[in-house]
Amino acid sequence: MSMSQEKLESFRRAFPPSRGVEEIPGQDIPTFQVERELLPELARRLKDDPDFDFKMLSDVCGVDWPERQARFDVVYHLYSLTHNHRLRLKVPVSEQDAVVPSVYGVWRAADWFEREVFDMFGVRFSGHPNLKRILCHPSFQGHALRKDYDPGQRWLLREGEQDEPSWAREVQEDEDHFETQVLNLGPSHPATHGTLRTVVRLDGEVITRAECEIGYLHRCFEKMSERHTWNQIIPYTDRLNYCSAMMNGVGYALAVEKLLGVEAPPRAQVIRVILSELSRIMDHIVCIGANLNDVGAMTPFLYVYQAREEIYSLLEACAGGRLTISYVRVGGLANDVPEGFEEAVRYLLRRIPPLVDDMERLITENRIFRQRTEGIGKLSAAEAVDWGWTGPCLRASGVPYDVRKTNPYLGYETYDFKVPIATTGDTYARYLVRVEEIRQSLKIVEQALKRLAPGPIITDNHHVALPPKEKVYTEMEALIWHFKLIMEGMKVPKGEVYGFTEGANGELGFYTISDGGGSPYRLHCRPPCFAVFQAYPHMLEGHMIADSIAILGSLNIIAGELDR
Amino acid sequence: MRNTDVVVCDPKPLRFWQRFYLVEVLKGLGVTLRHFLGNLFGRKYTVTVEWPEVKREYSDRLRGRHVLLTREDGSPRCVACYMCETACPADCIHIEAEEDPTSTVEWEKRPKVFNIDLLRCVFCGLCVDACPKEAIIMTRHHEMAFTGREEAVATIDTLLQKGPIDRIDLGYRPYYGRESRPITLPIPVRVEPAPKAPRPDLAATP
Repeated sequence: MSMSQEKLESFRRAFPPSRGVEEIPGQDIPTFQVERELLPELARRLKDDPDFDFKMLSDVCGVDWPERQARFDVVYHLYSLTHNHRLRLKVPVSEQDAVVPSVYGVWRAADWFEREVFDMFGVRFSGHPNLKRILCHPSFQGHALRKDYDPGQRWLLREGEQDEPSWAREVQEDEDHFETQVLNLGPSHPATHGTLRTVVRLDGEVITRAECEIGYLHRCFEKMSERHTWNQIIPYTDRLNYCSAMMNGVGYALAVEKLLGVEAPPRAQVIRVILSELSRIMDHIVCIGANLNDVGAMTPFLYVYQAREEIYSLLEACAGGRLTISYVRVGGLANDVPEGFEEAVRYLLRRIPPLVDDMERLITENRIFRQRTEGIGKLSAAEAVDWGWTGPCLRASGVPYDVRKTNPYLGYETYDFKVPIATTGDTYARYLVRVEEIRQSLKIVEQALKRLAPGPIITDNHHVALPPKEKVYTEMEALIWHFKLIMEGMKVPKGEVYGFTEGANGELGFYTISDGGGSPYRLHCRPPCFAVFQAYPHMLEGHMIADSIAILGSLNIIAGELDR
Repeated sequence: MRNTDVVVCDPKPLRFWQRFYLVEVLKGLGVTLRHFLGNLFGRKYTVTVEWPEVKREYSDRLRGRHVLLTREDGSPRCVACYMCETACPADCIHIEAEEDPTSTVEWEKRPKVFNIDLLRCVFCGLCVDACPKEAIIMTRHHEMAFTGREEAVATIDTLLQKGPIDRIDLGYRPYYGRESRPITLPIPVRVEPAPKAPRPDLAATP
């Protein structure tokens, strides 16, 4: 996972402390603090040097330290697909001169991530082609993630002040001297599955330029996290990717557990795997079903949704909720699964494959569907990596990157499953990869079910987990721990960690900083579909307007995760 | 990553017969017809229900509307310790405490005000987990509709348990050594008895 010693040495030699690169020791990932003047050269070298080969920029985020002279840190997380190593760069800037050179020219993935940092912290990125607010409304005042921003404020945001791309105002003619048309797709369009707005310029029916506006569902998950205790954040994570709520909770809990140094008991881990994989199936079912529905195939959507309905029933029996389940706790799970869990999962294992088979019979080799989707929304492997794509969309372009294989967690290394990839990188390939992933997930669930042994479901560390209720009612000490955990929250040791798991859409990262208190100092979520969706306007150019719907469906944009 | 971990699922070229629409259309019709007949004659696997005449069953962990349990004498079990209010991630619980005059111990608290804003509530169950007295639990009652925001704020009078506990449709509550009902799949449904007479208040209005 981390860089090998000789690679780190060669990095230190190339960028010695005399040049303004300072190593921060004792981190989960090798971390270097970099002077901003050096950043463009450093970024270029890190990407192009085969020794480092950081082709993917996972994440860019900001951190506010109000008491420091250089108030903001801009944090970059880099990943190398070939060496499977990671690197964290921190660029400190002061509030008065909050400008950082943009790395958009090196990694296109920086596009929206840098805009988000600008939106949330007011750090400007020189050389960024389109630096404006992304998640907040253009007339929003202040920068929400600064520590001195009061979240109780209310802003009146008017429709008339809505963001409009500068090119959309220009009158443009095509070669026949007809005026090209500017059209809004969304924000409440039935095919956007959430509120997204895409402004497109149309020449006839062909899109010549596009730009997206997101943030309609923005509620600043990260700011809310800073104001809640570690376990209170679990219900908030459910609302990130609400189609597979379990996996967000697991990803978050694993990041905090990494910081705490605790591990969930084996039974909890197995249950997490089972329910996560079932959630992945559900998420792919939603994605495929909605995508098919958009291009006109209603029937398979209804067939596979039967499976989803029954998975929801299983989750409801375990957690008490269907969509937002809040089942995971830091250190384990909220409750043990009820009786009959194994039989119910076995029933699902019997029930899901015929439904997926039926969908495949109707769709996979269907000539109409193939003609609608083949060659549409094509992205090459190099481009996909450059945009920071992860998950099924990246794998459909031919890059076999799956966190479950490269950095296994929850014992995924012991399960026998394969990572489906396709090489064409178009909408049809993304469909094929998702269908195969459903089958691989079923295989994992089947193996995990055999390992389900009785045991505790949450760690007995009373600094982390609530004591069992029967002790709370009867023992003074347990009541005190219970009281302290509820009123103050668990104390997570000072430090920072980038926890990442394979969500249904790709690498779901939680960059967590603790100052030793009861709630996170900073919690940044790296949403996989944020990176995927930033390529969308660029993919649209040259496509017909009806294709935009097919492409959007295949990317699986979940607005709850995109806008946070 | 090893190559053996990867399965390539590239599109296969269309075979000869697939180039003709008709054969494929008939095969597709076969699939839909099978589902159609299956749903027509046996509803074992149908997940849609004819709501509201037929309702689906939920597990006994469903997180629905809250209820405040009472002691044997009818007084609330709640001691106004503010744990649920603190644990609530949505800040929807509001408690004001007062001294309990009926208590045999000195300075025993009881809730004077206990409001839950059901429009803010996210039904996560953290209040149930936080309660040290098993005073707040959740029922399976989840079909809630309000005509105004004020009506959505449940006060202590509406939250307090009425009648014996076995008459409550119990949902999410603490688990310790209690038998839980097994999961049943396919999803069970129950037929609601049809309302016999129109509600008297509706009948009374001219």
